[in-house]
Amino acid sequence: MNAPVHRPDLEDRGVLRFITAGSVDDGKSTLIGRLLYEAKGIFADQLAAVTRATRKRTTGETLDLSLLTDGLEAEREQGITIDVAYRYFASPVRKFIIADAPGHEQYTRNMVTGASTADAAIILIDVTRVGTGELLPQTKRHSAIAKLLGIRHVIVAVNKIDLMGFDQAVFEHVRTEYEAIAKQLGLIDVRYIPISALEGDNVVRSSERTPWYDGPPLLELLENLPADRADADLPLRYPVQLVIRANGSTAQDFRGYAGQVRSGTIKRGQRVRVLPGGETATVETIGAFDHDLDEAAAGRSVTVRLDRDVDISRGDVLVDADDHPVLGKHFEAELCWLDRTPLDPRRKYLLRHGAKTVQARIDAVGNKLDVHSLSSTVAAETLVMNDIGRVSLTVQQPFVCDAYDELPATGAFILIDPTTNQTAAAGMIRKVAQAS
Amino acid sequence: MIADLDLTRTRLDHLDWLESEAIYILREVAAECANPALLFSGGKDSCVLLRLAEKAFRPASFPFPLMHIDTGHNFPEVIAFRDERVAELGERLIVRSVEDSIARGTVKLRAETDSRNAAQSVTLLEAIAEFGFDACIGGARRDEEKARAKERVFSFRDEFGQWDPKAQRPELWNLYNARVHKGENVRVFPISNWTELDVWQYIAREKLALPSLYYAHRREVIARNGLLVPVTPITPPRAGETVETRTVRFRTVGDISCTCPVASDADTAEAIVAETVVTEITERGATRMDDQTSDASMERRKKEGYF
Repeated sequence: MNAPVHRPDLEDRGVLRFITAGSVDDGKSTLIGRLLYEAKGIFADQLAAVTRATRKRTTGETLDLSLLTDGLEAEREQGITIDVAYRYFASPVRKFIIADAPGHEQYTRNMVTGASTADAAIILIDVTRVGTGELLPQTKRHSAIAKLLGIRHVIVAVNKIDLMGFDQAVFEHVRTEYEAIAKQLGLIDVRYIPISALEGDNVVRSSERTPWYDGPPLLELLENLPADRADADLPLRYPVQLVIRANGSTAQDFRGYAGQVRSGTIKRGQRVRVLPGGETATVETIGAFDHDLDEAAAGRSVTVRLDRDVDISRGDVLVDADDHPVLGKHFEAELCWLDRTPLDPRRKYLLRHGAKTVQARIDAVGNKLDVHSLSSTVAAETLVMNDIGRVSLTVQQPFVCDAYDELPATGAFILIDPTTNQTAAAGMIRKVAQAS
Repeated sequence: MIADLDLTRTRLDHLDWLESEAIYILREVAAECANPALLFSGGKDSCVLLRLAEKAFRPASFPFPLMHIDTGHNFPEVIAFRDERVAELGERLIVRSVEDSIARGTVKLRAETDSRNAAQSVTLLEAIAEFGFDACIGGARRDEEKARAKERVFSFRDEFGQWDPKAQRPELWNLYNARVHKGENVRVFPISNWTELDVWQYIAREKLALPSLYYAHRREVIARNGLLVPVTPITPPRAGETVETRTVRFRTVGDISCTCPVASDADTAEAIVAETVVTEITERGATRMDDQTSDASMERRKKEGYF
């Protein structure tokens, strides 16, 4: 038998998560439907159900791709999407998870939720609504949230180019307009594609009708984007989820620290520091069920054993012994308020960070962010649902505080209302003061 | 082959990624919930869950019992498989049956041969109350059905076991909120992000044992409404119908009264992966008589406490 030919172009590139921002009018559901359809993610009986539902809602006979992605009964009745929905498709080299965030009420809350796990954002622009004028305010709002949540790759999909006669000048106008937004927001990696979600131009295959566009079609771009949320080269952060014990004979009692590497890489023989305690130890084994690994990179769930007994419990974080991250008790953060009950600074909240839950107090509410201009000019005393604002917090016990922009995995937290157990806010650490 | 076993590479392929995420979720349940249970039916998705639980917790025992809500309408080989697997793992299995709920009078069926899928919700809620479970881990996936696409990984249920699609807790990053008050519970779906293809690829990679009816075999069936209905004591042929013996396999294994096989020669996990890549019919649509009724039947059942 011949040795298999090594085909780097067909290697499994893992998972890419992205969010689609835009409203129904921009053709967002149609674009997602098109991606799923073209990638053979839509099977025959789903198509059959869509054909029936379309007849129920409209008299037209055209297949409405957007109906494939409208989930719940209530939404189908109202014709709107009310919650983040997750969609899946795969190409031969990569699996994709789409967070489809709706564009109506609770918009900020939904998009922040979808963006929190996204490697990339597709900003959809309906070119027929822009023409030679300005971009719509929502484009800026979506882009601002993408920036806020630290999404590194933005793809501007200039949709309905077919309705503008595939005019390059129209596309270039949108690009110029968006470049100004990207510059203002500080977006680094922005790509532009002229597409027709309805007709399929440049979605999966390059379109002959846009000879002036020499970039890849959307799917190819998505296949090749780095999924850098889990960056193996960043400093190590290994929050311990669970201590796993099994009793054998006394000498062989098993004591392992189970967790998922959140950033960086943990290696056998590495000296690590246990925070907040500060003790050091050496990594003896990195277990993955039926075998041991020499190293485990960001994203991998393993069970780590150390060379000596250290007092470690859930929520402690292993970092490299030479690394001295800030142990913060007081910090500044940006909060996106998610709950119907507004923020009440007189109350205490539960703060969930890594594998740790601590009590937290909000010492001050600063400016509210205007998501249209991305400027924090509105002074606020509280935050209500869909508000984004700067706050200072104090937590009961210090923990490893990283700035969200540098290490999103350990710079993010949620607040839980201890009375209702509702998830009240999403938080991103911006500035940390060393614990005193 | 050596290259394929390179365990030190840093990049995670898509199965590694999904596996690590699911292990993380299982460990979160173990750490955050006081009294969880893992639903195990012998079906392929729950077989995947068991392997993930082994990877999450071994060499320790599972920090939760396994539980099967038995409709009483089972394929015998699935129940035999279930018991074998539990014995191999040395874990504890709780079985609660719809039959007992019927005897108690909490489940009323119009006919003995009615589908008991919906009735499972009642028995499940009774078992949750009996044992005081605050979390039930299940193998549901978001790609199975439209109503599931918006389901959370940690899905909150009120004291009536109800799911309210409009009052779901937002889930951000990997920071799950598993907190409940007494009487409430969460349903946890560690393989939410998996598709049918991912499941079969994982079964092939991990060489997981499954009940034999997942693989191609000869079986007596009746062609009815575009489905192949297996001939069983609960689903006998109707007058005028022809029984034929076909080579089939099951894509899902549920209540015998509403689970149908598909025509297929695929007799290994690899062959099923190949078939799944090009398949033209989604899992439930091809095999579940009850889901065909209406677009919204799953959503209605979920609101009533169904998994």
